[in-house]
Amino acid sequence: MSVIVAKELTTALTALREHGDARLIQGGTDLMVEINFNHVKPTTMISLRDIKSLRMIRTDTPGIMSIGSGVPYSVIEGEPVLTAIPALAQAARTVGSPQIRAAGSLGGNLGTCSPAGDTLPVMFALDASIHLSAIDSSRVVSIHDFMTGVKRSVRQHDEIITAIDFPIINGWQGYSKVGVRNAMVISVASACLVADHENADVRIALGSVGPTIIRCRAAESWLKTTLDLSTRSTISLDVANEFGRRAAEESSPIDDHRSTAQYRRHAISVLASRLLRKAYQ
Amino acid sequence: MAKSSLVTKPRDILGNSALRPDGAHKVQGSFEFTSDLHAENMLWGATLRSPHPYAKIVSIDTSAALALSGVQCVITADDVPGKPTYGLISSDQPVFAQDFVRYMGEPVAAVAADHPETCRRALALITVVYEVLTPLTDPEDAIAGSFAPIHPDGNVIRHQRIIRGEQSISGPIVVEGEYVIGMQDQAFLGLEAALAIPDPDGLGLHLHVATQWLHEDLTQISACLNLPADKIRLTLGGVGGAFGAREDISLQVHCCLLALKAGRPIKMQYSREESFFGHVHRHPATIFMRHHADSNGKIVKIDARFVFDGGAYTSTSPAVLINGITHTQGPYKCDNATVDGYAVRTNNPPCGAMRGFGVVQACFAHESQMDKIAAAVGKSPVEIRLINAMVTGDPLITGQIMESVAPVARCITETDAIPLPELMGQTVNELSLPGGSGLTASRSNIVRGIGWGVSMKNLMYSEGFDDYATARCTLKDGIASLKFATSEVGQGFVTLAPQIARSVLGVDEVILEPIDTQIGSAGSTSASRQTWMSGGAVDGACRLVRERLFHHVGLMHSIDPIRLVIDGTDVIDQLGTFRVSVADASEGIEISETFEHHHRATEELDENGQGNCHTAFAFVAHRAVVDVDPELGLVKVVQIATAQDVGRVLNPLSAIGQVEGGIAQGLGLAVMEEIVMKDGKVRNPSFTDYLLPTALDAPDVVAVMIEEHEPQAPLGAKGIGEPPCISVTPAIVAAIRNAIGKNIERIPVRPQDICL
Repeated sequence: MSVIVAKELTTALTALREHGDARLIQGGTDLMVEINFNHVKPTTMISLRDIKSLRMIRTDTPGIMSIGSGVPYSVIEGEPVLTAIPALAQAARTVGSPQIRAAGSLGGNLGTCSPAGDTLPVMFALDASIHLSAIDSSRVVSIHDFMTGVKRSVRQHDEIITAIDFPIINGWQGYSKVGVRNAMVISVASACLVADHENADVRIALGSVGPTIIRCRAAESWLKTTLDLSTRSTISLDVANEFGRRAAEESSPIDDHRSTAQYRRHAISVLASRLLRKAYQ
Repeated sequence: MAKSSLVTKPRDILGNSALRPDGAHKVQGSFEFTSDLHAENMLWGATLRSPHPYAKIVSIDTSAALALSGVQCVITADDVPGKPTYGLISSDQPVFAQDFVRYMGEPVAAVAADHPETCRRALALITVVYEVLTPLTDPEDAIAGSFAPIHPDGNVIRHQRIIRGEQSISGPIVVEGEYVIGMQDQAFLGLEAALAIPDPDGLGLHLHVATQWLHEDLTQISACLNLPADKIRLTLGGVGGAFGAREDISLQVHCCLLALKAGRPIKMQYSREESFFGHVHRHPATIFMRHHADSNGKIVKIDARFVFDGGAYTSTSPAVLINGITHTQGPYKCDNATVDGYAVRTNNPPCGAMRGFGVVQACFAHESQMDKIAAAVGKSPVEIRLINAMVTGDPLITGQIMESVAPVARCITETDAIPLPELMGQTVNELSLPGGSGLTASRSNIVRGIGWGVSMKNLMYSEGFDDYATARCTLKDGIASLKFATSEVGQGFVTLAPQIARSVLGVDEVILEPIDTQIGSAGSTSASRQTWMSGGAVDGACRLVRERLFHHVGLMHSIDPIRLVIDGTDVIDQLGTFRVSVADASEGIEISETFEHHHRATEELDENGQGNCHTAFAFVAHRAVVDVDPELGLVKVVQIATAQDVGRVLNPLSAIGQVEGGIAQGLGLAVMEEIVMKDGKVRNPSFTDYLLPTALDAPDVVAVMIEEHEPQAPLGAKGIGEPPCISVTPAIVAAIRNAIGKNIERIPVRPQDICL
């Protein structure tokens, strides 16, 4: 196996184009597990860890925080992300152990594209955009178009995820994740809710309860037709619970060794209800 | 005086918190675990395992694996020169499966090659043709005889009943329940590993291995290799935890066979995934209990039925069964009992020893029952337990008289006296709520519950086993050397043994010789027994040396040796002014003594489960305070208060370590740790999905050590390893029940058990 340690993005992109067999590695928290279990046997690896441009957090575009794909969760947990995109910081805090958070990144979460990826519901709820670069082109893809299935995305082999743009909203946002222990656990069900006060809009996205992250568009529009969100009054328990029930209806969880479909659906209804009430407290 | 002024810290004698000699190395990552061992010219070994819970082996073709470059040899059942099976109690487990595989993960073949990756490729090249059979997975099928025997020894491993007192008696209060305990894993951090080095003449070998009992390994290995025991030497490698999982043979015989066949050193080590298949687990069990009580809640009679799923092979199932059923009553008086117990064989993973050894399962059932009695008679959990608390001199349901110090009531009242944690304020750290870092709850979503658990645990081995430990002490020039075969698995005997020597002999410097089979057996590091047993052996050897030292000093200085005692680091004449340092007194001489400590004899149970089968007992009470999110079914254990009957604290730091660690392990069984099975297959063989408590799950522990010296124990100290993990589990479940007002009879408690 050869390992190419790129210092510049162009080096990595050139190598990626040259080596059809190459696997990208940033923190390695997913890939190294796959390798250790012999599930994948890369012959060429391109390390992105030393590319400084992937580790930047930019705010030069008004209303946008652009987070480099290699910024580790341990950085995302704190400022400036904590104030600008609190749901993302909360999601980052739920990832693994401190060691894993020091290595793992949004690029890895998107690269693996598991429905249990902790930060993906935040991207879905905030309508984040994904920057992809190849050696001779680049494009920006909405997160909604990026993820196409369980561990499947539109990223082409010769593309590297460079950054994720998060709109800064004027409102409230929160992330909740259910696992069977209080830290360092794979999500059994998760939800991110964004209450965009400026646009009188509520958006909710669910993790681990379907083949992709699920945006509950029906529940969102039900809420908007039921309530005038521009008045920002508190939300009754009945309305919140009905919102939760409708969000859960849009999920399509399965039974597995981590939990049951029934529990997952129930958990979503509770999380959605609680997040909505918190948003309008 | 000048010399003693150099001593700036208290001497590390008994009663002080001496630090572990290996502590700093472990923290810094420089401790050499068995998996770190290396030998010149070494090859790697790896095991091929069955993917099926039950199948007939039609054929095994190893030719392609052998042809792979870098492969030295491939071995199967045909290559075992001696006994084809092994086992701690019954030798029914094949070294390699021959005709049938009886559990998922059973070893079928092993390879030796130049690199772990070559091993992996070679294993993939071995072709095994299986005829897959329907597995026996329900223990009741094994008892009912509705399934053809899956092993020549049959599907029932052991059946034992206990019949005590009046069989038809009852009381105004009758409560019952059927309790289900899931399969827990020991989940030690240091994975199975060994390094086998063949002798140059090829006639013997030296095995470095992480184990709980070197001599028992030696006996079993020797039979399978068909080599005399004196041709095999075992040395303890660095061990990272055991909890019972290293009592049975795992890779020992495979590693030795490969080394002898290859004529080169062989290193084997399991991955975490393989470890889940490579060792026995805690028995899953179903326990029915019916308690009859008078109107005050005093127990009149207990009916019980135990079913332990032993999995495919016997391991220690017969002893686990006996421990379970003989602890039906828990730490309470009970004159009448009808107990029926089965340990059965299935195509599930083999189960055997784990911290608590059958008593964990029994305790979950009897403590759940105690709360039902309390509710039925309108008493508190504390009152009901005090009313029934056993005392020294009470007969057990086996007819054995409780001879151990039995401060059950004191354990309960001293636990009760520990202040409860403060109620949650309006502002709380969200991370400390149920759901933790998942931020699933607000303070208003949470309810708090309190629950109790009290337990009795037998110490040392039972049922007539001649249990002993051996130690040698050598004193020379003021330095003591200790030699024993006691497995240090993390429990701290390497800390305690020098403390004993310093206390008895007045030395400061104590050297620990290698832990190996070059001395008699120390018995197993299990059953909370090494402080008592090997501690007794070290104490005995040191006392014999001290006697000879006094004799020597007496002769030299014309003092009757009976007048001499140790005072600090000096030998002094109690009746005069004579004083000489131990260092000076032992200059130029060498005194060496070996001592074997045996505990008192025990008996087998008769057909009615009567007999003095146990050696001694220890007791503990736990009070759990738990925050529950009833809607999501998530739990945070806030505080565990405990008062434990320890006899005597020999090292406060080690003691609290055992208490806190055991509580974490019992918490794991209460709310998260379970090997999930489906159709005989393990679904979660990884730390991604087999969940152990993290720092955010661990509660505050407030512990009181109850020190009433145990006269039977050589140092007055009872074993303290197992009790912490036993009654904490039912205490936590009781607190969950208390919080949500719902009966739960299965552990671990899953979120859906609480909220759906």
